[in-house]
Amino acid sequence: MSTTPPDTLPIRTSDDVVFVRQQVRLRAVQAGLGLVDQTKIVTAASELARNTLDYGGGGTVTLSSIDDNGRRGVRLVFEDQGPGIPDIPLALQDGYTTGNGLGLGLSGAKRLSNEFRIESALGGGTRVMIARWK
Amino acid sequence: MDRIPILKLGDALLVTIQVDMHDRLATALEEDLTNRIVKHKAHGVLIDISALEIVDSFIGRMLDNIAAVSRVLDADTVVVGMRPAVAITLVELGLSLAGVRTALNVERGMELIRLRHGAAERDVDVDNAS
Repeated sequence: MSTTPPDTLPIRTSDDVVFVRQQVRLRAVQAGLGLVDQTKIVTAASELARNTLDYGGGGTVTLSSIDDNGRRGVRLVFEDQGPGIPDIPLALQDGYTTGNGLGLGLSGAKRLSNEFRIESALGGGTRVMIARWK
Repeated sequence: MDRIPILKLGDALLVTIQVDMHDRLATALEEDLTNRIVKHKAHGVLIDISALEIVDSFIGRMLDNIAAVSRVLDADTVVVGMRPAVAITLVELGLSLAGVRTALNVERGMELIRLRHGAAERDVDVDNAS
């Protein structure tokens, strides 16, 4: 069985966010995720891609198909070189936003994923990894 | 610029969202809807999202905004046709859509709007007496 190699996509415009959603859906289908799990990872990807665009000033996402002893899934890594997040626990609180959104993007994406990791340095950008397993 | 078509259906307006919404498209839809509510004296706005594969917080905020503005103009907003997987994901995301009424399909959404405004106008509108 062949696994699709990782793919890095730009996130510079809101058209890119649409394309990211489509590519994440393809990966999720390939990994054998059910419809609800597909919907969850695509929605999480949409939130994080928009964060990358709105707060990180644009960046990239790397999509990987993962396989742990036959258990398959999708991993997404969002990276930007933006201002970074000064207080990550605060940023993960429902309803907290520095923009004009609902403040659900980061916390919601975490809830919709099986794995979630965030790294950020002031002035050094932000990196968010999520994964969803079958 | 692209615009989402708005159809008149009885004394309600029907919007079917089939494309990926961008910021400007969402803003244009909000403006067009408020103008049409006033122009047609509409009592309800039906938003059909059965074509949407996901509803993220951006779309959720747009639906909330439309519902809030419509309410101020005395029109109810009913979101219809949400897919089951979208509903499950929406709740886990943390979106409650508190200000938005929902119905399974357009027919039921129309019923909701008729019921509410039929009750309010029973005295003047004999057609709704049955």
